[in-house]
Amino acid sequence: MTIESRRGEPGPWLRVGLGLLLAAVAGGVGLVLLADPVAPGLAGLVEGELERSGAENAVTAVLLNFRGYDTLLEIAVLTSALVGVWALGPAPRIRETTPSPVLLGLNSVLIPLAPVICAYLLWAGKSHPGGAFQAGAVLAAAVVLYILTGRRPRPRLPDAPMRWSAVVGLAVFIGVAVAVMGTGRQFLEYPVDLAGMLILLVETAATLSIAVILAGMFIGGRPEDEP
Amino acid sequence: MSSALLFAGAGIGLLLIGAWALVLRAHLIRKVLAINVMGSGVFLVLVGAGAMGGVVDPVPQAMVITGIVVAISATALALALVLRIANATGKPALPEDRERDLMDEEGAR
Repeated sequence: MTIESRRGEPGPWLRVGLGLLLAAVAGGVGLVLLADPVAPGLAGLVEGELERSGAENAVTAVLLNFRGYDTLLEIAVLTSALVGVWALGPAPRIRETTPSPVLLGLNSVLIPLAPVICAYLLWAGKSHPGGAFQAGAVLAAAVVLYILTGRRPRPRLPDAPMRWSAVVGLAVFIGVAVAVMGTGRQFLEYPVDLAGMLILLVETAATLSIAVILAGMFIGGRPEDEP
Repeated sequence: MSSALLFAGAGIGLLLIGAWALVLRAHLIRKVLAINVMGSGVFLVLVGAGAMGGVVDPVPQAMVITGIVVAISATALALALVLRIANATGKPALPEDRERDLMDEEGAR
């Protein structure tokens, strides 16, 4: 077997160099992981402050209170990604198909259940694993299942409501973050007695936005009126 | 060997596999998949490392949830871009890779 160098093919030196680089990365990360003693981490700190966070679940407390910045920026990333997808053009037309009876049967069970599961996850996020992202993803999955039936050649959600609900999560989050400022508090520093309510408010708005954004990304183009 | 170490080790493996494919494969969908595999590896390393002290640390878990959502949105945007590139140029590859045989990447040379 002759190895002929084709144009643009990665050469052997690239492979060797990449292999060495990756081996170094693996070795470095592995050494850090195996290093003794293990750093104490932040578990104790989170446990100690949990009471003042407005959430009983440690992950929710970190997401929406202690590291609220991350979550705020994350919703901003989601929103900008959707804007990016919309900027690339209108939603592609998909082939109109006759949906399989299995999909239709499943949908008739799953789609009505999705909002219930969504509401549960949103509410449970306070004290159990759950929260806005999981809830929004379930709702978006229901929309995706509906689109997969191929009942509409150009899948889309209504134009204006979709645009508004895509940004409401980010808007409410920023609004709350700014509104709690004053009387010496910082951006995103919730007052302890209101924290639970504010977190629920932010999460509810975020759930709606996340569902619309994820579904909008699946549709893959900006909403437009039928030509 | 603790299960946390196993998760972290598997994460390193995924990171390497993903990085290898990201550099060497020309097909853009393969590159997007490779970034996803790398991301999953990083998440596994973070969660594994966060659980190694005996107490499970909620901070890396929250970071990973954030990371998953960012990865999803980046993937969606990347796929939309790949579609546009393929529509505009007829080949889902970057200009410098456009002469490579995309379907034969794994095959005999």
